[in-house]
Amino acid sequence: MPSSVPESRPDFIQVDHFSFHYGEKQAIFDIDMAIPEHRVTALIGPSGCGKSTLLRNMNRMNDLIEGVRHEGDIRLNGTSLYDPSVEVISLRKRVGMVFQKYNPFAKSIYENVIFSLRVAGRSKKSELNETVERSLRSAALWDEVKDRLHDSAFALSGGQQQRLCIARAIANQPEILLMDEPCAALDPLATLKIEELITILKKQFTIVIVTHNMEQATRCSDRTAFLYMGRLIEYGHTLQVFEKPSHPETEAYITGRFS
Amino acid sequence: MNAGPTRETTPFATTGRSRRGEPCIWLTAAGLTLGVAMALGLFLLILIKGGASFWPGRIDLMEVSIDGKTELIAGYVTQESERRDGKGILHEEIQIFRGNKDINGEAFKYIDRAHILKSTRPDSLLLVERIEFGPAIVHGVALENSQGRIEVSSPEFKPALKTMLKQGAVARDRLLGIERKRIGAISRELEALSRAEKSGSVDTRTAASRREMLQKKFERLQAQAAEIRAEIAKSSFLGRAADGREVTVAGAALLGVFESNRAGFAGRIGEMTHRIWKFLKDDPREANTEGGVFPAIFGTVIMTLVMSLFVTPFGVITAIYLREYARQGWFVRIVRVCVNNLAGVPSIVFGVFGLAFFVYFVGAKIDQTLFSDKLPTPTYGTPGIFWASLTLALLTLPVVIVATEEALSAVPRGVREAALACGASKWQAIQRVVLPASLPGILTGVILAMARGAGEVAPLMLVGVVKLAPSLPIDDIAPFIHPERKFMHLGFHIYDLGFQSPDAEAAKPIVYATALLLIVLVVTLNLTAILIRNRLKKRFAVSSF
Repeated sequence: MPSSVPESRPDFIQVDHFSFHYGEKQAIFDIDMAIPEHRVTALIGPSGCGKSTLLRNMNRMNDLIEGVRHEGDIRLNGTSLYDPSVEVISLRKRVGMVFQKYNPFAKSIYENVIFSLRVAGRSKKSELNETVERSLRSAALWDEVKDRLHDSAFALSGGQQQRLCIARAIANQPEILLMDEPCAALDPLATLKIEELITILKKQFTIVIVTHNMEQATRCSDRTAFLYMGRLIEYGHTLQVFEKPSHPETEAYITGRFS
Repeated sequence: MNAGPTRETTPFATTGRSRRGEPCIWLTAAGLTLGVAMALGLFLLILIKGGASFWPGRIDLMEVSIDGKTELIAGYVTQESERRDGKGILHEEIQIFRGNKDINGEAFKYIDRAHILKSTRPDSLLLVERIEFGPAIVHGVALENSQGRIEVSSPEFKPALKTMLKQGAVARDRLLGIERKRIGAISRELEALSRAEKSGSVDTRTAASRREMLQKKFERLQAQAAEIRAEIAKSSFLGRAADGREVTVAGAALLGVFESNRAGFAGRIGEMTHRIWKFLKDDPREANTEGGVFPAIFGTVIMTLVMSLFVTPFGVITAIYLREYARQGWFVRIVRVCVNNLAGVPSIVFGVFGLAFFVYFVGAKIDQTLFSDKLPTPTYGTPGIFWASLTLALLTLPVVIVATEEALSAVPRGVREAALACGASKWQAIQRVVLPASLPGILTGVILAMARGAGEVAPLMLVGVVKLAPSLPIDDIAPFIHPERKFMHLGFHIYDLGFQSPDAEAAKPIVYATALLLIVLVVTLNLTAILIRNRLKKRFAVSSF
């Protein structure tokens, strides 16, 4: 099927009646949603609604916290995340993640990008060089840093550092890219660049993005899920959710009556 | 009416000094000032007294009437003080260093200023440094060498003196080489031979022939040494003390002659530099009151470095487990409290522990398994620099653990999560990301530990420090590194000179000089560590958030 947009599997990530508890406190209540391949899916909702928790469960980052438990399941491309045969480390190689605060390592730009290859024990020079160029090009950073790959990553500007983090997250060619409010710490111009980048990256990756910014959700996502108090209130095509929300809470939130 | 803002016009006007916290600011500033003043005062006192001990003064020749008799005394005025006698009359008393311990018994003399009849500074008075009895203060008379006698007035006196000093230094060097190194090697060989004989690996016949050979070699060396001694014995320096008695210094014992009263400013600076250099590089002489402190410098530095070598990995590993892996429950809390309390245990307790555990237990076990042929002479089962370093490593362990834990917990969570999200295991995340990011903080802990360890004395007295170590822990005798040897330490040297010395007055300047040196050494060690830390920090400029 000749097409510029790759074929999309509608239930690439399947969240199946998923509930999540931090100790006594339940953060997510029985969420059921299918996230399509090669699309950008935005998770929106007021603070504490569980959108970050849901995102962080997609690469089991929440396992690090003591006293958590879950019910239901999340499946990536058919395989359950919580299957006992799934190793967390190999899972995280399939799922890249970009954080709210840009967090490059205290290493050179080069070493930052190939970090995931280094920890996987790969050290062939040509492969590393290739990965650095490909990832930095994909993150639209190559032209800016190609002459100073061995400088400290901290020498870059905030926006550049966040794009470096994106390059680092995609260096290992994951299937999914999770973004937890990637523009929260950036100025409008840097935000714009990241948004442009997201629309390009979705050709290669399935992107799930948590955002507080309504415009950002409308600008760069295909699907939008509105979460409130740990429950999925509304989920559909972005235009539909923003123009004709079917739930009063969604409408109240997107028109800014509460946040 | 433009007299500036008044209370009515400024809505946030305060109601007085105390509201603005001014007294508190003054109080804190006063506290700081006091602290800085005390630290600076101590440092300046040591700097001035320590520096002054190297400065060559002028020799006074005084005519003093004591009990109706007139006496001539020559020496340096070292101290002036006032004293009230039983009748309430004020006496000005001066302390004079007159040297010549061999003829006077005491190097120092106290004189009432009122008894001084006349005081001059004749050029003929010389300060003569020698190997025994401390320096001599005499009028130069003549030199005697193999060619005959050269009077001080003769133009040949100075070059002849120079040659004599040089010959003396060469002879001492050669004697040292023969007696300490080559004869020492023979006695070590003899020892090994008798051990081998006892264990049966060498039969009696070969042992006897080898022993005879070594004995011959020993006699040959002794003859050589005697020859050198006889050669140098022909020359000597003749002087006359202030009271007219003759003082003769053998050529082998003569270390230097300084014209105290003739030297100009440049000459005195030169003499001071020379003295500082000698102080730094020489071995101590005469119960440590003369000579240099080189073995003590060496011992202090080596001990501190070995200590850091042990305490750093051990402390960092402990802290990593405590902070990163251990379940943060009541048990870890108790461990943490114990670690913090360990930092408050008196250091002598660590010394006792080091002696009991390292020396008597671990050391004895090592001796039994590896050096059983030398027993009952202990090798490791006796205090030594290695055990001292380990004891101090234990002592400073809490400092490193606490600093490392703090540095680890200061690494932002986001950075760890990013590493994990890239597919790193927990250990990889710690090793590749968390540890490098916390390295400056860890090094700060190591610096603090070094500062604490280098200045510690009490525990060392139990586990390896001695007043005078015959040889350094690292030298040119195989196997070159001798971790079992006893060593000298600047801190202990200060204690020993100040409180254990047979001649406390003579040792006083050296105490100040040694204290100054110890401070300089600790500061140097710390500055080096700080420089390394800053370079690490600079390699990756501090992040923008």
